Amino acid sequence: MARMKFICDAERCIECNGCVTACKAEHEVPWGVNRRRVVTLNDGVPGEKSISVACMHCSDAPCMAVCPVDCFYRTDEGVVLHDKDVCIGCGYCSYACPFGAPQFPTNGTFGLRGKMDKCTFCAGGPEANGSAAENEKYGRNRLAEGKLPACAEMCSTKALLGGDGDVVADIFRTRVLQRGKGSEVWGWGTAYGKPTGPKS
Amino acid sequence: MSAHRRSAAALAAATLALAFAGCGERDQSSASKSGVRKSDTQAWAGVQGEAAAFTASGWKAGDKSAWEAQLKARTERGQNEYTRVAPKAQ
Repeated sequence: MARMKFICDAERCIECNGCVTACKAEHEVPWGVNRRRVVTLNDGVPGEKSISVACMHCSDAPCMAVCPVDCFYRTDEGVVLHDKDVCIGCGYCSYACPFGAPQFPTNGTFGLRGKMDKCTFCAGGPEANGSAAENEKYGRNRLAEGKLPACAEMCSTKALLGGDGDVVADIFRTRVLQRGKGSEVWGWGTAYGKPTGPKS
Repeated sequence: MSAHRRSAAALAAATLALAFAGCGERDQSSASKSGVRKSDTQAWAGVQGEAAAFTASGWKAGDKSAWEAQLKARTERGQNEYTRVAPKAQ
């Protein structure tokens, strides 16, 4: 069984924000909501590193653990999704998430917090695959179309890898062996509870 | 077997069961505990309606193994340049 995971290769990310744009365009994400974003560490300093961050679809997701209305679920492929019809927009998941993935659109005149929105690994939600209802609430369901997340497929330098954890880990391992450095897999220890990738 | 040995064996079995329980994956099934959440369809079931026109070629909706092979091939083709360009000798 495939277990979907993201890897961001900090040695390759050039902070082009192509992944952010791809996600925004693919799912028509509203203004003020960023399912994916690029974070740069030591910006402006020689040797700065950039990382593309979104929901990592954790093995033991803290958002699921704290949700008071049980709106989260995990698919057989390891993708953490939620039901917006059940979400009450309390924001507990936002506090629990180590990656800052949950986003809340501002609704109404008084800036009320709307239903939580986050990366779906391009797998939609609980509505029928590819239906108009699913598209409106969660965006496109590329996984059900036999495709991978738009952010990973659009990444110009292939810094962002997304797909079956075993396959993407193999790709990353080959790179590390070839270049002889940069074996740190950002976020993997936190999300999947495993040692951080191969050592160069 | 004496009662003392039986109770010792039962205690050892219970300890082992408790120890190995930590090695398993936590239940995070899509079934809702409270029953309020909708259940999702599998991704390999494909899409219905107009969106079906966007389905990638190379696999048949409903075939789980074909779907997995399709995603694996797509990852290798699209994200692994080392399969397209022979890596340099070490």
